Amino acid sequence: MSNIPYILEDRPDTGLNNSKLGIWIFLASEVMLFGGLFSAYVFLRIAAPEGDFDKWGSKLNVPMATFNTMVLITSSVTMVMSWASLKLQQFDKYKMYLGITILCALAFLVVKYFEYTSKFEANVYPSSSTFMGIYFTLTGLHVLHIIGGLFVLIYFWTKQADKMWEENQDLLANRIEITGLYWHFVDLVWIFLFPILYLL
Amino acid sequence: MSKETDHSIEHHIQTYVRVFIALGVLTVITVAVSYLEVSFIEAFFLAITIATIKGSLVLGFFMHLISEKKAIIWMLAATLVAFLILMFIPLIWHTDSTGIY
Repeated sequence: MSNIPYILEDRPDTGLNNSKLGIWIFLASEVMLFGGLFSAYVFLRIAAPEGDFDKWGSKLNVPMATFNTMVLITSSVTMVMSWASLKLQQFDKYKMYLGITILCALAFLVVKYFEYTSKFEANVYPSSSTFMGIYFTLTGLHVLHIIGGLFVLIYFWTKQADKMWEENQDLLANRIEITGLYWHFVDLVWIFLFPILYLL
Repeated sequence: MSKETDHSIEHHIQTYVRVFIALGVLTVITVAVSYLEVSFIEAFFLAITIATIKGSLVLGFFMHLISEKKAIIWMLAATLVAFLILMFIPLIWHTDSTGIY
C-alpha cells in the first residue's frame, strides 16, 4: 500500500505529494462541472419569463434547506477536527468526530429525501418547469456527491481505519486530509447552491 | 499543511471553532437579508457576497489554502479564471441579444 511513491512524501518537482496534487486537480475539474451548471442556471434565469423563477422558487422549503446548511457546516468542522485528532494521536476522538460527520451526512440525505418526496407528492417534478429542472439537476448532482463521500467516510470509520492506524499513522492522517478536502468542497458547493436556489 | 506540532494543531482547533461560529452566523444573515425589500440585483449581490465570504472561510481554514503551496494556489487561480469565463458567457450572450427581441 505504502510502496506507491510520493503518497506521503513530497515530490521534488512539484513540492507536493501526489495525493494532495491529485485531489486538487480533481476538485478543479469539479469546479468546472458545477460551474457549467451554475452558468446554465444564469442562462435559464435570464431567458425565463418574468416572475417564473420566483413563482417556482417560492415552492421550496427554506427552513429545511437552512437546517441542511447548518448540518453541512457542522459536518465540515467535525471532518477537520477528525484530522486534527489524528495529528494529536487521539484515535478515539478521531472516530467520534468522523462518526458525527457520518451522522451529519445521513441527516442531510434524510432531509433531502423529505424535501424531494414533498415535491413529488405535490406533483412537482423536474419536468414541471425550467426552474425545477435546474433545481433537481443541481441538488441531485450535489446529493450524489454526498452519497459518494459518505461511502468513503464510512470506510475510514470501519476496522480498516483501525488497521491502517496500527500499520501507518501518517498514511491514515493523509487519507483523512484528502477525504476532508473533498468533503469541504461538497460543503462549499452547497454554500452557493443554498442562496441561489432557495433565497433568490 | 505538513509536519505540524501539537501546539500548532491546538491553535488550528481554536481557529476551526471560530470559523464554524462565523459560518453559522453568516448563514443566519444570509436568510435574514433574503427578507429585505430590495431589487433582485441587490439581493443577488448581497447573497453572492455573503456566500463568497463563507466559501473563502471554508477554503482558507478548513481546506488549509491559507498555508498551502504555491503550485496549488496557481492551479486554483487558473481554475477561477476558467470559471469566471464560464459565468460570463451567459452575460455576453445576453448583451449580444439585447435589441434582437
